[in-house]
Amino acid sequence: MSDKHNAGDVPTTGHVWDGDLADFANQPPKWWMLGLTASAIWCVVYFLYYPSIPVSNTQSFFKGIGGWTAISEMEADKSIVDEVRGKYEAKLKDMTPAAILADSELTEYVTRSGKVLFGDNCAACHGTNGVGAADAQGLIAPKLNDDDWLFGGKIEDVHTSIVGGRQAVMVAHKEILSAAEIDTLANAIAAGTPTSTPLFAEKGCTACHGADGKGMQALGSANLTDGIWRFDGSVEGIKYTIENGVNAGPGARVAIMPSFQAAGKLSDAEMKKLAVYVYKFGK
Amino acid sequence: MSDANENKEMGTVTTIYHEFEAWQVNRGEKTIHAKRMPGFFRTIKNYTQLALWLPFFLVPYLRWNDKQAILFDIQNRQFHFFDIMVLPQDIWMLSLLLLIAAMTLFAVTSVASRVWCGYFCFQTAWTDWYTWLEDKIEGNPAARRKLDDAPLSLDKIKKKTIKHALWLLLALLTGISFSIWFVDAFEYWNNLIHLNLPKVGWVVLALFGVGTYLLAGFLREQACIWLCPYARIQGVMGDSQTILPTYDVNRGEPRGKLRKGGEAGPPQGDCIDCFQCVQVCPTGVDIRHGQQLGCITCGLCLDACDAIMDKVGKPRGLIRYASLDEMSGKPVHKLYQHPRTLVYVTIILIAMSGIIYGLTHLGAMSLKVLPERQPLFVQMSDGSIQNKYAFKVLNKTDKDIHVKVTAESGIEGQVLIGAENAPLTHHGRGTSFTVFVKVPSKSLKQEITPIHFRVEGVEDPTVFAEYTSNFNGPKP
Repeated sequence: MSDKHNAGDVPTTGHVWDGDLADFANQPPKWWMLGLTASAIWCVVYFLYYPSIPVSNTQSFFKGIGGWTAISEMEADKSIVDEVRGKYEAKLKDMTPAAILADSELTEYVTRSGKVLFGDNCAACHGTNGVGAADAQGLIAPKLNDDDWLFGGKIEDVHTSIVGGRQAVMVAHKEILSAAEIDTLANAIAAGTPTSTPLFAEKGCTACHGADGKGMQALGSANLTDGIWRFDGSVEGIKYTIENGVNAGPGARVAIMPSFQAAGKLSDAEMKKLAVYVYKFGK
Repeated sequence: MSDANENKEMGTVTTIYHEFEAWQVNRGEKTIHAKRMPGFFRTIKNYTQLALWLPFFLVPYLRWNDKQAILFDIQNRQFHFFDIMVLPQDIWMLSLLLLIAAMTLFAVTSVASRVWCGYFCFQTAWTDWYTWLEDKIEGNPAARRKLDDAPLSLDKIKKKTIKHALWLLLALLTGISFSIWFVDAFEYWNNLIHLNLPKVGWVVLALFGVGTYLLAGFLREQACIWLCPYARIQGVMGDSQTILPTYDVNRGEPRGKLRKGGEAGPPQGDCIDCFQCVQVCPTGVDIRHGQQLGCITCGLCLDACDAIMDKVGKPRGLIRYASLDEMSGKPVHKLYQHPRTLVYVTIILIAMSGIIYGLTHLGAMSLKVLPERQPLFVQMSDGSIQNKYAFKVLNKTDKDIHVKVTAESGIEGQVLIGAENAPLTHHGRGTSFTVFVKVPSKSLKQEITPIHFRVEGVEDPTVFAEYTSNFNGPKP
């Protein structure tokens, strides 16, 4: 400090810079010292209370006297979530999917958790929001947001499909029918009028696809008169399906819905949730 | 400054330090015990403080239709103002309200300096009430200083205890009054008496209670000088046209003690250097140094000086509300010639019309329709195209109502699915439901067709809301 502004008899640290610069040796303010001491104590307490010191060689660490772990904190949070869900989950246990659907509050709850379940278990084949996912052969799995259901679109049917899985079979016809016959049939089917050719009934297509060509939900056979195609809907694509069949050995189209009950991956309640969620896609 | 040689030696920067010594700001080293004097501005201040803050204590108890008339129900995200319910969707009006408040502050400050600080601010008001209590219990400033310096005695303990108890009571009442703007007042009292408040309730009460006690009891003018940002903001709102408590230097100087009649001496101004203006000042400044940081323009020094001038038989107004222009003899402009004020007023009017528009166009219902984007549309087995829409209806009435949903797209053969049995919308919160629109693909003339949705109350069709969205289809 310059002489001009000497603050009286406050002692300095004794160091002098540049001839006239010195530092006051003032005590820090009391509140500041209190804060410093409190912080130091806090450090020690924190160090002892929480896991802190890694112990070398033992792959272990000092666990803290408080017994705190991140896992237990997470479990505690989870139990809060479970508590909120509990009252709904308890109801779901004894309800049929149709009964859930009739309760708007439960439907709301179920569709919310159904979204996550669908993303984890179904979307790989059926696509996000059930839009379907395609490969070179056409759709891997059917679209779920339209009104065409191979095995039935009632809520019970959807639930049965998820629980038990689905697998229809169509035999390969390349040994049974001539190329010309296949060509005629494929053209008629592509036009949406399978019954326009007598071959459809003569060759036994009606046995599975019905006399009117609209399919049978009990067998999972496709409706051949609408605009929705399970596989490739072009003439070439239809010919391929007729020649090689579905789920009928090498070269055949593959259409297998696994049983989620057999897989054991989903609980009963979860399969109910999914049934409602899927049912709500298009309705 | 006075020492020219020194300036030469040490450079001009040093002058700042000399100025610093002249600054009349109490940096908290002493408690200011301001004298309370009756007067015109004292009376005004009493009334303005009460006019603004008595409602703060009392309005929450006002009932309207069996509910609290004004309730900022943050927990349920609803603001009630008599019959009006404002939901978060309309909160943009709050920004206009804040704009009005800011601009009013600016406008008033540019005309008459820190009116807010001197006559309305809670810091000024609560400090004033706290010191009033202090004055009643411990006596006048001289007695208070004496008591502070006195050794501990039974009398001192008694006085101090009563004072702090009353202060804490007022602080507690302040905390409670603040809280009951946000929760039902009577319910709150009931919970408080049964010590049954939620945790957040206790925290708010403690924060505001302790805050009031510390700020009004101890920090006082230091809050205005060192803590308050508005004090600084308002400082720059004034200009040479702004009127503020001003000491008339030309009339007052050179100041000097009052002489007995006939006593000879050098010529003297009107200021008799009685220090009454300093003694009454709640922030402890000497107004004779001119406009300064510590001055909250409360006008109490005007009262004090006028009383003295009356006594010594000189005209009032040695300290008076005056502008810098007036004091320096420049022409004084009319209020409407003050462009800055006019700009503020214009902004206030625009913001006000915005709020009036908002409040008159709140509507009883609002609707948002979000079309499904994955997929944009679905082809159905009969070849028709279906779109899915998520409806979000906000029912602002005070009861749950069923709504009828209609859609107008101009597409032939359009079918609306999913809202046949009039969905129920809950009042005071959003309700979501899904609606499908299906049209024959041959009626589609373009990929995107505007579609106009409307929801209206089944029983009362005047409660309605509309929203325009798009219907998506394949390339025709």
